[in-house]
Amino acid sequence: MSTPNASGWKPGTPVEGHNAMSGPDTATGNRALMLEEPLLFEIGHVETTGVDLPDPGSGANRLGGFERSEAIGLPGLSEPETVRHYTRLSRQNYAIDLGLFPLGSCTMKHNPRLNEKIARMPGFADVHPLQPVDTVRGALEVINELAHWLIDLTGMHAVAMSPKAGAHGELCGILCIRAALEARGDAREVILVPESAHGTNPATAAFAGYKVEDIPATAEGRVDLEALKARLGPDVAGVMITNPNTCGLFERDMKAISDAVHAAGGFVYCDGANFNAIVGKVRPGDLGVDAMHINLHKTFSTPHGGGGPGSGPVVLSEALAPFGPLPYTARTEDGVVHLIEEEDAEEFAKEHFGGALQHFGRMTAFHGQMGMFTRALAYILSHGADGLKQVAEDAVLNANYILRSLDDVLDAPFGPSGPCMHEALFSDKGFAVGLSTLDLAKAMIDEGYHPMTMYFPLVVHGAMLVEPTETESKAALDQFIMALRSVAERAKEGDESLKTAPHYAPRRRLDETQAARKPVLAWNDPDMA
Amino acid sequence: MARYFTDEHEWIDVEGETATVGITDYAQGQLGDIVFVELPDVGTVIDKGKDAAVVESVKAASDVYAPISGEVMETNAALEDDPALVNTSPEEDGWFFKMTIGDKSQFDGLMDEAAYKSFCDGL
Amino acid sequence: MRYLPLTDTDRSAMLDVIGAPDIDALFADVPEEARLSGPIEGLPMHASEMAVEKHMRRLSKKNLAASDAAFFLGAGAYKHHIPASVDHIIQRGEFLTAYTPYQPEIAQGTLQMLFEFQSQVARLYGCAVANASMYDGSTACWEAVAMAGRVARGKKRKVVLSGALHPHYAEVVRTMAKFTDDEIAGAPPSLTAKPDDDGLIARIDADTSCVVVQYPDILGRLPDLAKIAAAAHDKGALLIAVNTEPVALGAIKSPGELGADIVVGEGQAIGVGLQFGGPYLGLFAVRDEKHVRMMPGRLCGETVDAEGKRGFVLTLSTREQHIRREKATSNICTNSGLCALAFNVHMTLLGEKGLRRLAMENHRLACLAADRLAKVPGVTVLNDTFFNEFTVLLGTDARTVVRQLADDGVLAGVSLGRLFPGSGNLANGLLVAVTETTTEEDIETLASALEEVLA
Repeated sequence: MSTPNASGWKPGTPVEGHNAMSGPDTATGNRALMLEEPLLFEIGHVETTGVDLPDPGSGANRLGGFERSEAIGLPGLSEPETVRHYTRLSRQNYAIDLGLFPLGSCTMKHNPRLNEKIARMPGFADVHPLQPVDTVRGALEVINELAHWLIDLTGMHAVAMSPKAGAHGELCGILCIRAALEARGDAREVILVPESAHGTNPATAAFAGYKVEDIPATAEGRVDLEALKARLGPDVAGVMITNPNTCGLFERDMKAISDAVHAAGGFVYCDGANFNAIVGKVRPGDLGVDAMHINLHKTFSTPHGGGGPGSGPVVLSEALAPFGPLPYTARTEDGVVHLIEEEDAEEFAKEHFGGALQHFGRMTAFHGQMGMFTRALAYILSHGADGLKQVAEDAVLNANYILRSLDDVLDAPFGPSGPCMHEALFSDKGFAVGLSTLDLAKAMIDEGYHPMTMYFPLVVHGAMLVEPTETESKAALDQFIMALRSVAERAKEGDESLKTAPHYAPRRRLDETQAARKPVLAWNDPDMA
Repeated sequence: MARYFTDEHEWIDVEGETATVGITDYAQGQLGDIVFVELPDVGTVIDKGKDAAVVESVKAASDVYAPISGEVMETNAALEDDPALVNTSPEEDGWFFKMTIGDKSQFDGLMDEAAYKSFCDGL
Repeated sequence: MRYLPLTDTDRSAMLDVIGAPDIDALFADVPEEARLSGPIEGLPMHASEMAVEKHMRRLSKKNLAASDAAFFLGAGAYKHHIPASVDHIIQRGEFLTAYTPYQPEIAQGTLQMLFEFQSQVARLYGCAVANASMYDGSTACWEAVAMAGRVARGKKRKVVLSGALHPHYAEVVRTMAKFTDDEIAGAPPSLTAKPDDDGLIARIDADTSCVVVQYPDILGRLPDLAKIAAAAHDKGALLIAVNTEPVALGAIKSPGELGADIVVGEGQAIGVGLQFGGPYLGLFAVRDEKHVRMMPGRLCGETVDAEGKRGFVLTLSTREQHIRREKATSNICTNSGLCALAFNVHMTLLGEKGLRRLAMENHRLACLAADRLAKVPGVTVLNDTFFNEFTVLLGTDARTVVRQLADDGVLAGVSLGRLFPGSGNLANGLLVAVTETTTEEDIETLASALEEVLA
């Protein structure tokens, strides 16, 4: 038959006179598939359990009088109730699986399910970190193989695999710099950080005992090379630069910056949060970078999981390579991958590195985020050299497509200075008085999108940073552009309904002032009080 | 009693040997809803221009600098339970701390009410 | 490439809209000399799902999975049974592929879960408030030490570590302290049946910001936390209690109840698999609410929305790096959200009843194992007290024994020589962990293997 879609309707077709959310109140507070869910503490019971375990009975114990006597207050649920509780909660979340997630600087790309399957292979998931090395050769090979590709992709000399997340990687890099300076008896006090940097940069430098000073930016959104050169001197331990930077621009002068910092005796740390824009196209090592963390949960697609876990291996230049943390893996000429821990670090260094290894210590128990390594390695092997280059190209193409499709309706402060990299930056210039970036962002929620990054970088007023990533189709981008255009037009026209957006989300705007003034951070039973 | 103002938007009431310090109505308006005020310990000796307190809104934390040098004698306990006092009564009930004055020449160069008003008008 | 939706037709249409002649024009800001002319050398071209799976499976087969052996390793990572529904729930895309809940209106699932998680951890630890998780136990331990420094307003610089703190945790603290001028006092443990609480107490002085004690300790023993807490408080120091096996807290008193001020630990044992050491789950809690604003890491709190409905948000963010920058309480950004969900789901399945039963089953089997191993000639059980892990002395270097037994498919435990490589007097010690996954047959296998190798 030739009439498969008789109504002619498809999503987006206006329906006259109908508002899907209008209608009577319901007794449950639910609205069909939009389901409310109580807290575990309101539905569970301390006598309920969803796990079958034997009744302990009473026997002798070796707890030495430390047995618990008081109730703990942990309610339980049976398995069906548990599955339902969390399934209902899950439906109150936006996720990359549901749609485009344009959070600038966060690289929310598709998470391949092959990687989940691989991470759960018993040989990876069910292995203890302190098993004898002969029983974990495959795990060491995974670490070493991933390390090898990270080194090749960045053009660096070595990589520290143990940092647990991006900020932990930053700390690792800064500690390497500090160790290298101390090894040459050169105490320096200052780390320079651009104003546009992620907050983790200055926090990391301060945590490692450095004073933090700002590097000024030029009007076109890049590091001011001349001002930087003027500040360099014998007290500057290093600079932390994000490249591509948080305005979505490539730091053209990166090599000159590195040369100037090196000439002044300092080191260059690169925040690799935005590596997705250049992976397979540009090697930071060729730009004079000494250390850079790689967010495996961004560029290499390990899932964000609602805020972690991350993984932040740090690639190191030849100058910093001897100072990385313990433990590490190394492949010797016979093809064997070794695990080097405190026990054999000195001996191994003597034998294979002429004694030049001066690790700064240990940053974490065990070996880093193995569960992320397996996923990231599977991602790299799936893409290959050709695919990774295409990742960067498509990520940059998608961002520029958004930038140029919307720069007539939204102010793009750095639009005139040329193409952007993997993210497009807009400001709130031109919005009607009383309407803000926050209002536009909340209206995007009603359109079915997670908002873009708001109010970052700080150097742009009412900043909106849009990062589509390479895993979006043109159709998905076109629909997003249409939605953002519509909301931007409403913001310019002064549509007051934006101020009360979102209207259709599981919750309206939440009172963050109340949350912070009178913090309620745990469930307190009225009965238990 | 004399009231002085700083260009960091603090006010200082001077009564005898004691100064009472808070932030101005203009400052609280810029900060938005105050959710927390971190006050110095009583007995702390603070130096003019150095961090003395922190005032927090939901999305920002701002340092309050010591307008003069001296020793903290008393802090406003009411702010612990009700930081919103800084919004509702910034220049009276929402005071931060009382301190010793020491050298009175420290008030040279601070603004009076009229000067502060025109300072704010120029911002 | 299966993960890249754009077609060449799409790409050229998009370049037209942008007004760029080709893709290279978009990389114009990258200096010519920094641009690679071709693909990265050495890396193969893209590969099919089938090919990648095959490669990774081959690597996985080179590892001996814990479930395929008689398995007795612990020392900060424990093998427990994880109910199938835990993994099902954490694989739901709405949890797995969500970001940090910065837009609370469309992240109530993650936020409510975090609120439940924080509440569970606070109760388990006997504390007022727990945060939304850290990277792992060892980094949480350092963060607690750093927080104690803030509580002391930088006026006390000495950190007293119990010798029986997990050596990796102690190493992390030492590494970080090199950069913060804190003085770290610690020494390897002595092989005694009871922990040397009095020796530890003697090291606390007026300049001490905190005392760090593991409970149960690295040798499996139970220190008298209440006594240490009293001594610490007497000198104006905080007690930081470290727990690496949360299942134990189903059987023994909580550290908060015993007076610990900050309680941190590894949450891996509940809901999170072994995974060769990561990702794991750092737990962090404070006994007294007054310390909340000094805490590191994300916190989720309850509030209401514009219609008055209950909802949850990340709160007290002014402590954190994205607002406070160099004055933040920590540089941490990412937490361990998905592992926190796994913990939350597993703990919900257990409930109080299940957790207590699980703990007592672990303890019962551990007692059984200790009694059996004590009968092996040449083996002495060190501990007076333990939960599910204890130390045995072998009369010979335990590292060698562990390797020998591994060749026969028995993963006997963690040798103290590997944990404390510099301390020759500990070399004969072997840490043996027993959980509900250990069978009586496994215990017999270990005992006879030891009998054979020690004969």
